[in-house]
Amino acid sequence: MHAFANPAKFLSLARPLTPWLFWLGLTLILAGAACGLFLTPADYLQGDSVRIMYIHVPAAWLGMGGWSSMAIAALVQMVWRHPLAGVAGRAIAVPGALFTAICLATGSIWGRPTWGTWWEWDGRMTSMLVLLFLYFGYIALARASAEQAGGIGDNGGVSRVTAIFALVGAVNLPIINRSVVWWNSLHQGPSITMRGSTIDSAILWPLGLTMMGFSLWFGAIVLMRMRAILAQNKVEARLARRAREA
Amino acid sequence: MKSKHQRLILALAALVAIIAAGLLAASALKDEAAYFYVPNDVKTKGVEPGKAVRLGGMVEKGSLRHEADGVTIRFTVTDGKAQVAVTFKGIAPDLFREGSGVVAEGAFDTQGTFVASNLLAKHDERYMPREMEGMQYDETTHQMKGAPKP
Repeated sequence: MHAFANPAKFLSLARPLTPWLFWLGLTLILAGAACGLFLTPADYLQGDSVRIMYIHVPAAWLGMGGWSSMAIAALVQMVWRHPLAGVAGRAIAVPGALFTAICLATGSIWGRPTWGTWWEWDGRMTSMLVLLFLYFGYIALARASAEQAGGIGDNGGVSRVTAIFALVGAVNLPIINRSVVWWNSLHQGPSITMRGSTIDSAILWPLGLTMMGFSLWFGAIVLMRMRAILAQNKVEARLARRAREA
Repeated sequence: MKSKHQRLILALAALVAIIAAGLLAASALKDEAAYFYVPNDVKTKGVEPGKAVRLGGMVEKGSLRHEADGVTIRFTVTDGKAQVAVTFKGIAPDLFREGSGVVAEGAFDTQGTFVASNLLAKHDERYMPREMEGMQYDETTHQMKGAPKP
C-alpha cells in the first residue's frame, strides 16, 4: 500500500491503466446498452420502460460506491497520512455526484410511466437526494478549505475537516440501502440480494455488462482527475520555486 | 503504541459511534418516515376522517368496479390482514391493476371509505419476460415456479 502512496510510482501505474479502463469501459457500456435496448424481452408489467434499469442501476451503484471510496480514502488520509488519499477523495467527488444525479434523473423518468409520478418523498428517493447534497457539501468544503490554505492548498488533497465530513456522510449509505426495507416505500424492495435475483436472467444479463462498463469508466475518470491534480501540483510547485529564485 | 495505531483506533471508534447514532435515529424514524399506511395500521391505530394520508397495499383480486360515469372506480386495498374500500375519480396509472400494488393519496370519509385524490402504482421487485407472467418466484429454491400463461 505504501508503494502506491508515492505519487511517482502511482503515476507510472495510472498512466498506462487509464486508456485501458476508459476504452474497455466504454465498449462494455455500449455493448450492454445495445443488448439491453434490442436483445432483451420487455417486462411483463412495465413493458419497454424496464430498459432504463441498464443505466439507472449502475448509476446508483457508482453514486453510492463513490462515497464509499471517499470514506475509505478519508480514513487512509486521517490514519496513515498518505499524500494520495486526499487527492483520490477530491477526484472521486465530482463523478460520484454526477452518477448520483444520473440515478435520480433516470429514476424520475422511470417513475413517471410505472408509478405515475416524477417524484415522491419516499425513503429511497429522499435518502438518495441527501447523498447528492452531501456530494455538493463535500466539493464546496474541499474547495473552501483549499482556498483558505492558499497556494496549492492541501497539496491537491482535501483538508482534514473535509475528510471527517466524508466519514460522517457515510452514515447515509446504509440508510439508502435499507430504506426500502425499514419503511413502507413506493420504490420496490431489493431485487438482487445475497440469496439470488428476482430479475429473470433473460432481462438481467446486460445489466452485468453496463455495471462493469460504468465501473471501469468511473475508474478511468478518477485516474484522469488524479493525474490532473498531481500535474497541477507540479506546476504550482515549479512556479513557486521560480518566484523564490527571481 | 505507535501514533498511527492510536489514530486508527480513534477513527474507527468515532466511525462506529457515528454509524450507531445514525442507525438509532433512522430506526426512531421508523413510524414517522413511513411513506404510507397499510390497511392494518388503519385498523389498529385508526386514522381520523379528513386527514390527508397515503394508503398502500395490494388491489384485492376481483374487487375493482367501474362506475357508470366512466371515471370513478371502486376497489379494495388489502395487506393480507385488513381491507379498506377505496374510491377514486380520475385516470389511474397504466400499471394499476388487480393483484398489484397501489399507493393512494387522499383521506377517509366519515363512513370509513378512503376517497383517493391520486393513485400511484407500486410494482414489486420481480422483472420477467411477458411469456413468464403468472409464474412465481420461489424463495427457497430461487427458481421461478408455476405454469406460464398460455
